[in-house]
Amino acid sequence: MNPKGGEASMVPRERPTTYYGRPIVKRPVWKPEIPLYFFFGGLAGASANLATAATFAGRPRLARRAWAGAFVGVTVSPVLLIRDLGRPKRFLYMLRVIKITSPMSLGAWILAANGGATTLAAGLNLLAPRRRAGLPEIGAALVGAPLATYTAALITNSAIPAWSEARLEMPFVFASSAAASAAGAALLTVPGEETEPARALGIAAVVVEEAASRIMLKRLGPLASAYEEDEAGKADKVARALSAAGAVALVAGGKRGSDGSRGARRARGRRAAKHPAAPGGDPARRAITAAGGALLLAGAVCKRWAVFKAGFASAADPDQTIDLQRDRMAAERRPGA
Amino acid sequence: MSERKGFFTDTSVCIGCKACEVACKEWNQVPADPQGLTGNSYDNSGELGANRWRHVAFIEQKVSVGVEEAPPESFAREAARQSLVSDGLDPHEDADGFRWLMSSDVCKHCTEAGCLDACPTGALFRTEFGTVVVQPDICNGCGYCVVSCPFGVIDQREGDGRVWKCTMCYDRLKDDMEPACAQACPTDSIQFGDLDELRERAARRVERLHERGREEARLYGDSEDDGVGGFGAFFLLLDEPETYRLPPDPVVPTRRTPEVWAAALGAAAVLAGGVAASFLRGRR
Ligand code: SF4
Repeated sequence: MNPKGGEASMVPRERPTTYYGRPIVKRPVWKPEIPLYFFFGGLAGASANLATAATFAGRPRLARRAWAGAFVGVTVSPVLLIRDLGRPKRFLYMLRVIKITSPMSLGAWILAANGGATTLAAGLNLLAPRRRAGLPEIGAALVGAPLATYTAALITNSAIPAWSEARLEMPFVFASSAAASAAGAALLTVPGEETEPARALGIAAVVVEEAASRIMLKRLGPLASAYEEDEAGKADKVARALSAAGAVALVAGGKRGSDGSRGARRARGRRAAKHPAAPGGDPARRAITAAGGALLLAGAVCKRWAVFKAGFASAADPDQTIDLQRDRMAAERRPGA
Repeated sequence: MSERKGFFTDTSVCIGCKACEVACKEWNQVPADPQGLTGNSYDNSGELGANRWRHVAFIEQKVSVGVEEAPPESFAREAARQSLVSDGLDPHEDADGFRWLMSSDVCKHCTEAGCLDACPTGALFRTEFGTVVVQPDICNGCGYCVVSCPFGVIDQREGDGRVWKCTMCYDRLKDDMEPACAQACPTDSIQFGDLDELRERAARRVERLHERGREEARLYGDSEDDGVGGFGAFFLLLDEPETYRLPPDPVVPTRRTPEVWAAALGAAAVLAGGVAASFLRGRR
């Protein structure tokens, strides 16, 4: 039984010995490129959604920044993925087959599709900044959202207990972390005009991420120790501190009327005669907002690192594998359970 | 398609000679990977991995095999020893109420194989013998099968980058030969053959051991109702699976894939909706 105990150890039993404490499932062979890819893939996917929504909402400046974020994410992602491969030259072998049972397989297709659509949309928006949202934009947004969440499916569709048992919550953690990244990147580049939706998105994303993480850890029971201890635990604390600080900065940097939307522009226009403002609002608030954006990005990187490391900790501990299976067996035997 | 082939590893007659480990390495040209002395009984090779496709486990237990209960030099003691010999369990006996467990582990060639379901290149495939094999000329070393195997079998080879595991000697099977490990095993602890027949044979063996009072004997992986749809390579064990570094109730990740995708798609919808909603405020 897990020494830290928990609800899952309801069934009293003699603990069978492990084989010299050796792990039962293998540790991932993935390099740090993989959690970084989770971050950049999330940034790309959520940014494509932000950019498309901004285009529809008539905020071309925000759209342009978000397309830049999406383009960076979708360009860096394959580089990271390929670097992690044992045989990088065989990257394209990923596109030999398409398999619904394998998030790695579908993910490769999602990334490829999003890469194409985002590059096209970003290019078109650069050429024609006032362009209406068309097929490339909508395509990039539609594939972008799963690009941000399939990486959670990738790790939860595995034999590693602390990942697999988090399968219902992990995609929501990844989705909110990706949303925070997209908002952070947009606010970082040129905060000020038109960015109010990104600010709202960033603040909401941090709140949702914290809530989803808490639910996940609670439902994991004793398996949560993989996320709470050692390197994963430290990274998670840092991630949460950075994200919380980022959200506070975004609240502090917010200012009524600093936004460049039509409504705000009208409001500003009425006041303009009395208070001639610097274009894009108060520089101090802009700096605070930019810092908030940077904090959100840093928090999202740390979050992925924490989740990644938790998988290693869980795989290394044979008790996690054994307890999960023994408790499940006992629950299945219990009548009416 | 031929009959599904399999291994029945009867650990009750394993003598821990490691002939299977050596024969496998020799035939399949699996690189050496010296581990040094582990201090774990006679096991200095650790566990299955890219460079070890058969692995012999050694477990020392303070469990009597039923000989020492009888007074020394008595007729009863001799009878107990004879019964041990006729059950094939005598190599497990040691002095002072102490027993050995030895077991040769191998890839389970699962009916529902996590490694195969995970493979994004098609390098892992199901052969005409019902076994699961990696094609080294296609594997690109993505490592997804490594975390998808519930038994911690398949692994990436350092310096090579690709994954490797037991092929049940696919090349020998095609030539109507039995796998190298089964041929090398001097006690028939490793039996190779048609899976159906092996299952019947194993059922008879465990029944006989139970009749002789060896209640601890059990089959592991013989049932198609388990979490991987049955093993192509199954075992007779004398203790709980975890004692041998085997998961007690393995489930292939693919059984959860519908839930996994539903959650990922749900979260994707929430993400798209949340982004759109952030534009509602401030728009007038
Ligand atoms: S035991 Fe592991 S490596 Fe072997 S077939 Fe099953 S999932 Fe694949």
